[in-house]
Parts: sequence; structure tokens; C-alpha cells
Amino acid sequence: MKVLGIESSCDETGIALYDTERGLLAHALHSQVAMHAEYGGVVPELASRDHIRRALPLTRKVLAEAGCTLKDIDGIAYTQGPGLAGALLVGASIASGLGVALNLPVVGVHHLEGHLLSPLLADPRPEFPFVALLVSGGHTQLMRVAGVGDYEMMGETLDDAAGEAFDKTAQLLGLGYPGGPAVAKLAASGDAHKYKLPRPMLNSGDLDFSFSGLKTAVLNLKNRAGPDACADIAAGFQLAAVDVLAGKSLAALKQTGMNRLVVAGGVGANQLLRDRLNAEASRRGFQVFYPPLALCTDNGAMIAFAGAMRFAHAAPADGRFGIRPRWDLSELRAPA
Amino acid sequence: MKILAFDTATELCSAALWLDGEILSRSEMAGNRHSELLLPMITDLLQQAGLVLGQLDGIAFGKGPGSFTGLRIGCGVAQGLALGAELPVVGVVTLESLAISAGVDKALVCLDARMNEVYSAAYVRQGDGLVCLLPPGVYKPDQIPLPDDGGWLGCGSGFASYRDSLTSRCGHRLAGMQPDIHPHASAVARLAAPMFQAGLGQPADRAEPLYVRDKVALKTCER
Repeated sequence: MKVLGIESSCDETGIALYDTERGLLAHALHSQVAMHAEYGGVVPELASRDHIRRALPLTRKVLAEAGCTLKDIDGIAYTQGPGLAGALLVGASIASGLGVALNLPVVGVHHLEGHLLSPLLADPRPEFPFVALLVSGGHTQLMRVAGVGDYEMMGETLDDAAGEAFDKTAQLLGLGYPGGPAVAKLAASGDAHKYKLPRPMLNSGDLDFSFSGLKTAVLNLKNRAGPDACADIAAGFQLAAVDVLAGKSLAALKQTGMNRLVVAGGVGANQLLRDRLNAEASRRGFQVFYPPLALCTDNGAMIAFAGAMRFAHAAPADGRFGIRPRWDLSELRAPA
Repeated sequence: MKILAFDTATELCSAALWLDGEILSRSEMAGNRHSELLLPMITDLLQQAGLVLGQLDGIAFGKGPGSFTGLRIGCGVAQGLALGAELPVVGVVTLESLAISAGVDKALVCLDARMNEVYSAAYVRQGDGLVCLLPPGVYKPDQIPLPDDGGWLGCGSGFASYRDSLTSRCGHRLAGMQPDIHPHASAVARLAAPMFQAGLGQPADRAEPLYVRDKVALKTCER
């Protein structure tokens, strides 16, 4: 079965075609990063306006690359939430209109379920159950994943998301948006041990996170140490964030007795985090899985894939659609 | 010629089928439930007419100005339907549909644009169509451009929300008001039929809302 996936929850328009037999056939992405950079962050109205311009040309591109036509599609999946309401509605309306026109089933997918399952698009792919670390600009969560739709939250951030801390640190250091790659690049020329930054909640005994204090520490340090210290501060910040993310992930593995860790979301592309987790994995004898690098950030492939897992009993669309800008992952159930 | 038309620019959600001049339509005050109502309305209409999308000649949608979210629901549904059924699309200006819906010879249209502004335009009926005298713009109610003469009907929600400022701004030019009138899909269909006949239908990808209000945020360097 071939599923068209449409992602439009924030600032990336992603379209993909996934085949349950042959795997990912094609995917295409348009990032709005450059457009929002001039505004210092994502402007929701502009994001929505861009999605509606991009979605169809990307769809045609994906079909052409896959060597398919619309008639080959067996189902349509779109990101139903969580995310920006106006942006979500673009994907939802296009998917639902297309579903009615082609008389196909349409399913709304939870954006984080997409991320959570995206390592299953890689080779090798993890078996269930596993512990998942979801780290992006909007989320920092540790989940126990027993199967598709069977998720239990083990811990999450109490304030900023890890990716948000990278973005804010980049801003404080006068770097661009998004902050993750910019901080990592500057950190490469810095001494991570020159300044000691806090590791918030590393020893709190639970699996929750906090990153707002780390951001404040960066601000204070920057004011004290001056502009020449930026590379050392970036390196110190990155190391502190990685220490916390890795430390909590290890604790989650220990607590569950599981030996598979899955890392998903944009921060999962951070090389220091990957190096650390890979080293811990070979030392402690667990396995760590990542999505293909191109699928770490928001994308249509993960939505097509998560949709495909839920299509078995889907009926053709009646055309009603709705979005869920706020939607807790633990509300999901396994497909019937 | 057979056309599917719909409008989601205001709280009225409506759909219509134009069947060689005959019109079948549905409408409902939707609040913010357009996403639940629109496509079922469309499938209902098609069923009633015994048609499938593939038998139509085109899809028309109210492209704006109006509620940004409403416009994108209409435009997104138009894109999806037209892509899937391989049909051409036209977008119809909401203020023109409103003038047609009002059914008068001279319509001064003001749609509430929130933030203490209105989307405003003026149209004169000529034969079956409209001539645009003052093009769509977004203005403070006491600053809308005005036609020179009198005998205008003030149409649209702007005349409900900003009644006092608009009546004092328009003065003797206003012959009456219809603040409760909404743009309707039937009017979208009537305006779209000659557009399709003139070959103005476009591929689905080109369907875009007309926002009119284009400055929605300040760049870092403008703050």
C-alpha cells in the first residue's frame, strides 16, 4: 500500500510517498527557515501562507521522483497536531480535499508519533519495545514505546525544550536561527571545559528535564566573559546539554531494563550527542538507533510511515477534518 | 458548463453547483467549523445532482479577503479537489461575491477585517457582471475610499461592526445598508462561470488566497 504523507505543523512543508512493501519511494521538503530568520523566529501566519504555496508543487515532485501518479496512492496521511493551528489546517484541507476527490482513506497523524517511529525508516531498524528520546525545538521527552500507539511518558522538560535552548543560546551569542547547527559549528572551535555550566536536574532522581536555567547561565556568562569567549561558551553549553540528555537517557534504559534507545527529533542530528550515545552504547552494551539524518527534522516521510501503520482499518474519507494543535502523545492508542 | 463553487471567507460556510445556469446550494452559519462542514456539503450536493467531480468543468472558491484561516481552508480544499480530479480552478474575490449576493446596482462593500479595519471595495452592476469602481483594500473605517456620487448600498459585516464610523464617513452617499449579508457560494459560481468560459481556469497549484492585509509581522530590523 502506498501512502502520501503531508507535514505542515510548523515551518517545514514535507511531502512523501511511502510504500509498505518497498519502503520510502520519495520525499521532498521545503524549509521556511530563511524566511522566518528575518523575523527572529517562526511567524505563524507567514508559515501558513508559505505552506499553501508549497504543498502541491512538492506533491507533484514527489510523485514524479517515485515514478507514480495520483492513481497509485492508496491512502493519505497528514499531520493533525500538535503544532501551529493555521499551518496544520493547510495540510489537513489539502489532504481531505484530495482524499474526497480520489475516494481514498485519510488519516490524521500525531506529529510526535511521526518522529518517534521515524527510526523505523532507517536500516537497521529497532525492534519494539524501546526507550525513545524525543528532542526538538518544541519537545524534550523520554517515552517507553511498547509498539505502534503504545506510548508511556517517562519524563519531559518542565520549561524550555532542548532545541529551544540551542536556539536561545545561539541568539545570545549573536548566531543565526535555527540555533542547533550554528551553536555546534561555533562549539567546534571552542574549549568545552573552559567554563563550567550547570547540568540542570541531572541528578534529580527522575527523568524530567529543565533547560531554562542553562540558558540564563549562558546569558550571565556571556555578560561576564565578553564577546571573545563565545566559542568556549557555545562548546560549554553544548557539552552541558549533551551531558543531561545522555544521562537521562541512560537512566531511562536502566529504569526500564530495556537495551534499545531510539533518538528522534531535530536535536538528534547533533553530532556530539550521537558520539556520546554511541560510545555509551558500546561501553554498556545497548543499541542506539537514529532516523536517517535527512529525516531528523520535520518531514513528510515520517507522517506517511506513521499513517501507513494506522491504515489497515481506515474507511474512505467522509471529508470532515479537524486539527489538534495541542495533543498529548499518551492519548494515542494502538491501531485496532 | 458545470462548476463546483464554495466560500469559507466568513462565518457563513456555503457550497453551490452551477449546472448550465441552474444553481443548487447549501449554506450554514459555521462559526469556526468550516473544516467539519465544507466537504460533506460538497459531497451532498454532488450526490443530489447525481454527479461526480470528474464530470465537472472546474472548481471555484472564494479567495478573499476574509478570515485568513477560512481562506486557507477553502483554498486548500480547492487545491486538493482540483489536484485529485484534474480540474481547473478560479478564485473569486469575496467582496465581489458579496456585492452579487446583495443583488443591488451599486454596492459599497465593507467586510470586518478585525483590528479596527475593514476590507472595502465598490462595485457597479453591469449586465450579469460587475464593474469594480474602487478596488479591494484594507482601511480604517473612517478612511475608506469613497465614490463621488450617491445611491450606494452599504453591504457586509463592516456596517455592523463599525456602523457609526462608516455611516459618518459615507454620509449622503449611502442609500441604505445590508450589514447582515454574507458572501455566498451561489455568487461565487455566477462570477466564476464566465471566467471559466473565458479560459481563466488555472492548475490547482496556482490557487492562492487573496489576503489584502499583507503586513502581518515586523522584521527584526524594523522593530
